Amino acid sequence: MSAPLRPAPTRNETALSLAGLDVRLLDGDPIVEQVDVTLAAGEILGLVGESGSGKTTTALSLLGYSPDGVEINGGSLAVAGVELRMDDSMRASRGSVISYVPQDPSRALNPSLRIAEAIEDIFAAHGDAHATGERRAIGVAARMLDTVGLPATPAFARRFPHQLSGGQQQRVSIAVALACDPAVVVLDEPTTGLDVVTQARILSELLRLRDEQRISMVYVTHDLAVVARIADRIAVMYAGRIVEQGRAETVLRHPRHPYTRGLLASIPDHVRPRALEPMPGIAVGVGERPTGCAFAPRCPQRTERCEQELPPLDAIGERHEVRCFHWQQTPPVKAIPLAALRRRRRPQEPLLRVERLHAEHRSRSETFVAAHDVSFAVARGACVALVGESGSGKTTIARAIAGLHPVAGGRILLDEQELPSLIRRRSTDQRRRVQLVSQNPADALNPRHTVRDTIGRPARVLRGLDGRALPAEVDRLLECVRLPARLASRYPRELSGGERQRVAIARALAADPELMLCDEITSALDVSVQAAVLKLLNDLRDDLGLSLLFITHDLGVVASVADELLVLENGAVCERGPTATVLSAPEHPYTQRLLQAAPSVAEAIDAWDAREAVAATRETPAR
Amino acid sequence: MSAVGSTRGLLTPTAPTPAKRRRRFLASGEGIAGLAILLFVVAVALIGPLVAPHALDAPIGPPGAPPGDGAPLGTDVLGRDVLSRVLYGGLSVLRLSVATIALTYLIGGTIGMLAGLSRSHLDPLLMRTVDIFLSLPSLLLILLLIAGAGQSEVVLIVAIVLVLFPGAARIVRTATLEISTAGYIEAAVGRGERTVAIMRREVLPNIAPAILADLGVRFSSAIVLAASVNFLGLGASPPAANWGLMIAENRPIITTNLWSVLVPAAFLALLTISVNMIGDAYVRSLGRSDRR
Repeated sequence: MSAPLRPAPTRNETALSLAGLDVRLLDGDPIVEQVDVTLAAGEILGLVGESGSGKTTTALSLLGYSPDGVEINGGSLAVAGVELRMDDSMRASRGSVISYVPQDPSRALNPSLRIAEAIEDIFAAHGDAHATGERRAIGVAARMLDTVGLPATPAFARRFPHQLSGGQQQRVSIAVALACDPAVVVLDEPTTGLDVVTQARILSELLRLRDEQRISMVYVTHDLAVVARIADRIAVMYAGRIVEQGRAETVLRHPRHPYTRGLLASIPDHVRPRALEPMPGIAVGVGERPTGCAFAPRCPQRTERCEQELPPLDAIGERHEVRCFHWQQTPPVKAIPLAALRRRRRPQEPLLRVERLHAEHRSRSETFVAAHDVSFAVARGACVALVGESGSGKTTIARAIAGLHPVAGGRILLDEQELPSLIRRRSTDQRRRVQLVSQNPADALNPRHTVRDTIGRPARVLRGLDGRALPAEVDRLLECVRLPARLASRYPRELSGGERQRVAIARALAADPELMLCDEITSALDVSVQAAVLKLLNDLRDDLGLSLLFITHDLGVVASVADELLVLENGAVCERGPTATVLSAPEHPYTQRLLQAAPSVAEAIDAWDAREAVAATRETPAR
Repeated sequence: MSAVGSTRGLLTPTAPTPAKRRRRFLASGEGIAGLAILLFVVAVALIGPLVAPHALDAPIGPPGAPPGDGAPLGTDVLGRDVLSRVLYGGLSVLRLSVATIALTYLIGGTIGMLAGLSRSHLDPLLMRTVDIFLSLPSLLLILLLIAGAGQSEVVLIVAIVLVLFPGAARIVRTATLEISTAGYIEAAVGRGERTVAIMRREVLPNIAPAILADLGVRFSSAIVLAASVNFLGLGASPPAANWGLMIAENRPIITTNLWSVLVPAAFLALLTISVNMIGDAYVRSLGRSDRR
């Protein structure tokens, strides 16, 4: 590999400084306010927040870009010591001084350009800034592919984006971003769509690039576990402002803002499973921010002052800033063991038995086996998790059990009675007893039906409820999923993602099911909302004796909900057992790979603790 | 793209509410103008026969006379009052176009929804059948049917529907296909709803925007086709009054009384233009996110 073309920056040189960023909707509602960010050379800043926190808006402002209907109202930006105006005059600097890696590589890369052309293209765009651009473009594709750990062969460089895997596509995006040796790279959720193993590879690649080439990065994500692995410093955003900022180690071990603490308490962790503490309330949106502290309505330690006055971002320690009046009162994140929460259950008869299930996807030319010889049982009141990467067949298995995917072989038994493969052949009672909740809350609900219609329909069709019993039942179900009764007359567009997913759960409960199939039902939700939904499911198991088949790729979620775990690889079960056993002592290499790749906050904290202990023992004998 | 996508979620959470759509529609000059013109044309067609000064088929003067006393728009090729015939001639145009459009979407919509929801061989079977109709030249198909089944309004309606339904079926199928994997459709299938109930409750309300956006173009096609057939003398039979027929009948006297052709043609034009204006304004009111 050739040497970095940029002169090596000296230590502590500031790569980027942003001060007083203010971004508004055209009608004046603030999206981002008073955001200051500094970034040293060779540093990775994790910009963390839930949806609507303004993290993507901030990231785009670093490139002087604002979407339609949004304008950058104020703020000063300097990258690599050069002042930049945050508007379209930054065009020449985008890609060459500061570059951007978007979230979805399959949509970011032009499908009609070979990847070498995509990489060379950015040189054409910056022909003026780089006088030697033409000459450097020769061989640049090979050099950049090598930099991001892809094969630098001419054959590979001639491929089109669709001939690459998701992880390879994201590497190409990163190669494009790095091609002109920018001082700073802004990465917007670059691994969110990727499976954990690929994510782990990309993360270590980024760390290597930081160390070898001293590239500074702003890493935007909602995932604190990813941040724990990659970031040197963390800035947590809430309602358009930074609420806590500091070294990753400090912020994650000793969160001082109640929101940061709440986020950490909401994250399920597979290394140290514990009961989740969901935060009350939902995040405020643009245009409805209160006068005082935006987090006050959800804050357990708020006082009158919080509601009237905006707390400043105060330095409370070495490079540690918090926007809270009462940061000293923030309690540490407690580790409530799971066992304390879960009631003891006696082993029960199996409710669902799947025997040698075989399912496939057929297209005109080929047959793809999605489930091969899969057998398992779900006992009454138990929660079994199916874990695997995308394409491992877990969704197909759930759909086959729900009667929405044809079974090519094997049997599905409910209470020892065989369920017909097709939903039309099943009796009303069989349909009632098994309910599926699907992944995407955005399209789970019919946009033209009110919440009342949506929840009431299964109760009417499958249980024959009508007349006065129906509205009463809808009210009971809303209460069951902890939604206020006034939501009954709302349409889905008026609900948040978490509320929609609860309505979808209530719709499944309306059938009075015995088995609920949950297909990635929390993967589209923010962590604080996810924690609330997972807690709800645990409560439902306790109160109604509901059995769950829980499908997910997130091992942390598995650790906090499932009794038993099946790991799927390419449609076949490769490991199974009680959750705690499999997670602590995985036997199959695939499970080990998955576990190793899955990011975890606890793991990062353990590493810091270990390092501290080593440092302490080194100091002691010296004395 | 993701950057714009994620911020878009923040600006317009989902499709605009019906109230907002209505406001946007009313705020656009195009929608209001279209509605006003349509109301005027419909009013002429409905009230016209009641206020016409002369009988439909009574000659009141020499053929092809220019506007004068007692005949503000002159007389037609047989010396009948052009104004009265214009006032009489709208009803059949309106009846025919409304009936055609209703039947087109009933048949095309049902086929399209069935095909879009189907996961079996029903989809290719239905759509290839539709393609056969699509491949026939439209006027030829209409003329053949009239030649075979006789010249009547019912035959004309059926013929035009046969020309128009394949396009409607394709549009409805595409819109249905787009939502066919949505969670709410699967949930309905999962609780064993009948196909008709799924089509009516789950699919139709959600593809209505696509249908309404398409309706304007298809409405004008229906009117143009009917006018063409009337122009060829195979539609409404004399002495019935019909805007399309009038254009054909009065062609020989266009030099002596231009109005006898121009006025019915203008009414046909106003009808199609207004329906299209309303359609366009509706599509625009959906905003960028919902346009197909």
